[in-house]
Amino acid sequence: MDKFEKLHGIAAPMPLVNIDTDMIIPKVFLKTIKRSGLGVNLFDEMRYDREGNELPDFVLNKPQYRNTQILVAGDNFGCGSSREHAPWAIADFGIKCVISTSFADIFYNNCFKNGILPIVLEQHHVDLIMEDAGKGENARITVHLETQEITTSDGEVIAFEVDAFKKHCLLHGLDDIGLTMEKETHIDAFEDHHGTHRPWV
Amino acid sequence: MSPKTLYDKIWDAHVVHEADDGTCLLYIDRHLVHEVTSPQAFEGLRMAGRPVRAPEKTIAVPDHNVPTTLDREKGIDNEESRIQVEALDKNAKDFGIHYYPVSDVRQGIVHIVGPEQGWTLPGMTVVCGDSHTATHGAFGALAHGIGTSEVEHVLATQTLIQKKSKNMKVEITGQLNPGVTAKDITLAVIGETGTAGGTGYVIEYCGEAIQALSMEGRMTVCNMAIEGGARAGLIAPDQTTYDYVKGRAHAPKGAQWEAALNWWKTLFTEDGAHFDKVVTIKGEDIQPVVTWGTSPEDVLPITASVPSPEDFEGGKIDAARRSIEYMGLTPGQKLTDIEIDTVFIGSCTNGRIEDLRAAAEVLKGKKVKDGMRAMVVPGSGLVRAQAEEEGLADVFRDAGFEWRLAGCSMCLAMNPDQLSEGERCASTSNRNFEGRQGYKGRTHLVSPAMAAAAALTGHLTDIRDLI
Ligand code: SF4
Repeated sequence: MDKFEKLHGIAAPMPLVNIDTDMIIPKVFLKTIKRSGLGVNLFDEMRYDREGNELPDFVLNKPQYRNTQILVAGDNFGCGSSREHAPWAIADFGIKCVISTSFADIFYNNCFKNGILPIVLEQHHVDLIMEDAGKGENARITVHLETQEITTSDGEVIAFEVDAFKKHCLLHGLDDIGLTMEKETHIDAFEDHHGTHRPWV
Repeated sequence: MSPKTLYDKIWDAHVVHEADDGTCLLYIDRHLVHEVTSPQAFEGLRMAGRPVRAPEKTIAVPDHNVPTTLDREKGIDNEESRIQVEALDKNAKDFGIHYYPVSDVRQGIVHIVGPEQGWTLPGMTVVCGDSHTATHGAFGALAHGIGTSEVEHVLATQTLIQKKSKNMKVEITGQLNPGVTAKDITLAVIGETGTAGGTGYVIEYCGEAIQALSMEGRMTVCNMAIEGGARAGLIAPDQTTYDYVKGRAHAPKGAQWEAALNWWKTLFTEDGAHFDKVVTIKGEDIQPVVTWGTSPEDVLPITASVPSPEDFEGGKIDAARRSIEYMGLTPGQKLTDIEIDTVFIGSCTNGRIEDLRAAAEVLKGKKVKDGMRAMVVPGSGLVRAQAEEEGLADVFRDAGFEWRLAGCSMCLAMNPDQLSEGERCASTSNRNFEGRQGYKGRTHLVSPAMAAAAALTGHLTDIRDLI
């Protein structure tokens, strides 16, 4: 997994609330057995017409947002299914950070496994960044994971929370499985104990 | 020691290791696998040369992509769908996990097969790369959906890295009125709390109205905990649970049954245990409900009318405007005036035998409205067989319903069972998202009885007018 340190750029605004995983990556694209290549179909039904032509009004089709690495979205982003295809599509498109007032739980977790930083902020802070995002080229923001700070285009600094373990993994690009394997003796011991006490499991 | 909740107890029984910051390694008792969210995980194992740590605790079944038409032994037409199912066939074989292939009568929707086969038991931790894993919480099992990276993590280590969620109690007091079902309870709760209301919580459903539910009804309630944003839903096990579990293929037997029962009986929330949030709804206040919009929180009693965007606040105003437009509705229109093209009865929410019984009860001796497309997709091959035996299949066929084979089908329309543009469906599934049942398809979520009623009248219908 790539390391995540710092981002500086334009954020794309998607103020809609309850953007669900079916909007992020419609199910027709879940039939892949690979992780990569989903970026072109990110937000497919909002982004293209049925013939596959880009809809010019959709935010990621606008020239200033085509290469954005930051998305700022309405409440409860990523609700719906557990499909990791959603963060795969987001990462494959090139987005590395999503900012909202709230995220669906599974989606939030899935982001970290794919080098994406989801940031939860208070409504008024999301509003500030949404405003910056609306200005396109004229307003770049900075997301700094180490210091857990976002700097708006006006220089205002907004602190954000992130779980220490998740931050550590993201900063160093660490893979969970490898880390857990280091605790294998604990798992062995648990299984021994569990096997005696709850043999029906 | 302070009193514990049911969630606390199950959690504590599964902690393998706890780090200083509270991050836990949690042991997983059952891992359910389906074809859509697992290929990349098995591929990851192969690339790292890792085996499945506990194949005997891992159960796989294809459900999302499988055709449900009666000629399905001829194979899957769509190449990508076929490849996914074949990949699961191969992965199950290569890694030696329990498998119910398409040809097996026990095949069905993963969340129906697990309980049916006795894989899901009280007090367990159950995960699956699927958000509706919450279903298994009906047994007093801590069950939740995970992403594919976590699927790989569980396959490799039989554990998950977790932080404990907060406790929420949802109490449904008293009794339900006639015509009101488990589906109405779970939708009414989401209507009350919103789709993000449960975020960060594990919900325990309790109260007289919950205790009175069958296991099927309890599974319906827990199934949609995720639509309320919760990590999992739980119901404490009781005699109803034990009676359901006993004798199932993989349930404990003999002395092990007794030992298990002794432990299960300790699985309840102790008096005075702390909940971070409490929601109480009177059973008598719940009415048969239906969704009007494109989020499960867009729920109203069937007697209500389509709202107007101005009825809402903040970001929800735009979302409601978008929903109403997408759904092709007019504010102020009575919900019972909404005409329906299609009725879908099935899914892991309402594809169990009791759901089929409830729908058949309404349909008995009647015919669906002319031009109505109506289908029943049983949740598993065994549900289907039982419905045949009870004569329900004949009721459906005689009424003009298609009687299908088991699978997810039009719940998410990954197979050919899809709505066309603008087609409007009364559906017993769990999600009314844009495009969920087909591109530009329109979904109204309802209970099985209400779906059957809509099939007869051709419009959304208050079931109480038919009973
Ligand atoms: S029936 Fe629907 S919700 Fe349930 S597992 Fe299948 S697709 Fe998911």
